[in-house]
Amino acid sequence: MNSVYSAMNRLFRFYYDGFKNMSWWGKRVWIIMLIKLFIIFIILRIFFFHDFLKKKYHTDNQRSEYVLEQLINSK
Amino acid sequence: MIENLDLSLVNWSRAQFALTAIYHWLFVPLTLGLSYIIAIMETIYVKTGNEQWKRITRFWMTLFGINFAIGVATGIILEFEFGTNWSNYSWFVGDIFGAPLAVEGILAFFLESTFIAVMFFGWNKVSKKFHLVSSWLVATGASLSALWIIVANGWMQYPVGMVFDPETARNEMVSFREVLFNKIAIYDFLHTISSGFLLGSMFVLGISAWYLLHKREEFLAKRSILVAGIFGLLSSLLVAYTGDLSAKIVSKVQPVKFASMEALYDGQKNPGLVVFGILKESDKMIGEKKINDFVFKMEIPGLLSIMTGDGKDTFIPGINDLVKGNEPMGVLPVSEKMERGKTVRSLIADYKTAKLSNEVEKLQGIRRMFRDKTFIDNYFRYFGYASIDKPEDVIPNVKLTFYAFHIMVMFGFYFILLFILALYFLFRGTIIRKKWFLWIMLISILFPYVTGEIGWILTEMGRHPWIIQDLMPVSVGVSQIGTGSVITTFILFAVLFTVLLVAEISIMIRQIKLGPKH
Repeated sequence: MNSVYSAMNRLFRFYYDGFKNMSWWGKRVWIIMLIKLFIIFIILRIFFFHDFLKKKYHTDNQRSEYVLEQLINSK
Repeated sequence: MIENLDLSLVNWSRAQFALTAIYHWLFVPLTLGLSYIIAIMETIYVKTGNEQWKRITRFWMTLFGINFAIGVATGIILEFEFGTNWSNYSWFVGDIFGAPLAVEGILAFFLESTFIAVMFFGWNKVSKKFHLVSSWLVATGASLSALWIIVANGWMQYPVGMVFDPETARNEMVSFREVLFNKIAIYDFLHTISSGFLLGSMFVLGISAWYLLHKREEFLAKRSILVAGIFGLLSSLLVAYTGDLSAKIVSKVQPVKFASMEALYDGQKNPGLVVFGILKESDKMIGEKKINDFVFKMEIPGLLSIMTGDGKDTFIPGINDLVKGNEPMGVLPVSEKMERGKTVRSLIADYKTAKLSNEVEKLQGIRRMFRDKTFIDNYFRYFGYASIDKPEDVIPNVKLTFYAFHIMVMFGFYFILLFILALYFLFRGTIIRKKWFLWIMLISILFPYVTGEIGWILTEMGRHPWIIQDLMPVSVGVSQIGTGSVITTFILFAVLFTVLLVAEISIMIRQIKLGPKH
């Protein structure tokens, strides 16, 4: 148990020290990365990129029917 | 309904995907290439114990870190677009795409992101050897990520290892081995990662040239040129070799793309390979499409047949043969493929009707047909042709395909020459005095980016109109959503990615000007 705790503690210190002593560029790119991830996963995903078939139909059966229809009637 | 499909929706959806992929590809190849160069430099440091090599490694690692952090997750947007803009395609693809992308997410991405922390935070905290292993694992992880993505893309170029289920309207993977070892995927993977190695090498060469031009960091610059020069030369030779292998496969499985790459309209035995040429639209037509004639061309006689790997007397079908057919040479006309595609389509319609009237035996019979190899090879493989309006619609933009291919090849030879010269001047000890050459090295940073993007344009636009070769044209794969929303997200992406790119370049320039800190 003690060795697991010690390993976890060492892992935490590893990341903690890494982030604490991060250089100017490191901090800057982390800020950019977090803003970017926020835009991608929150703004774009929620407001712009709905799964078309999941939003339009509730079951996989309905989705299959719709796509089959598209395949048959396409020109 | 697709009969009333707004063409601008297809075009905007394609443009949006292209924009996202092009921007994404500005970040990826540098990660691919620089990660190996760093691992090589660190290996030299660990082997020699020379602290200067540690300083060199850490400097390039800084630039690698900036590029990695800014570029990470830009590819996720492509997956969003599959579900939103290309929902019919995503559904039809079934688990073929899901499996490689899941492996990519679980194995490669976590490998990369776990050990990248050791790379940056682990100096003086873990042993030298463990740090070195981490650097190699980051490089391997980056390449593995690329492998799974290209396996998925390879399936779109040459769909194998699956059967179509008319019950679910999805393809089911029946052979993971066939999907993974798809020839297109394997050669494209090797070609793609080696082009990334080349780009990373050119980047290191160019930045080192900048230091030499400014009479700074001579030791770092010369050692970096040595490593990047050798790695870049080997990579550029590998790019040429794998490009050749790729072209051989393309000639077999995407013959229209291959003929368009050479603007070959009339098939022949022993055709020449066009080294350089200028095309212009002529008055001759294939259906409603104008043919491009050469205003001027330089060619190597007989080389095109040899390039396909079947010997100099092999018949290479031209665009005319592939569209209109050439019976003596065993080339099916598109009209016949359209008929076979329609047979498959009416079978699917029959399946739907049988399902409504609950005809169990008929349903089972049709499902069995879709699993029958003869039916797959002779009919289902042409399913997409059912949605083609006119035979000439299977011809991609010939001018674009031709020029993209030739510019790519031209740059390929340029890179080989440049790496040879860089090593030659370095070994002769004259590189510092060759200011003109240092400038060329610096400017040349841009060229592998241009070439890489052109390569993808050739790969993707060269197989137009297919989103999945011969199985699904883009017009069928697209979602019926508002064109306005696609335009909005197109603009959003253009702004977002441009901001990211400007941020990356400005932070990188700042770090390069500062030079190595340690």
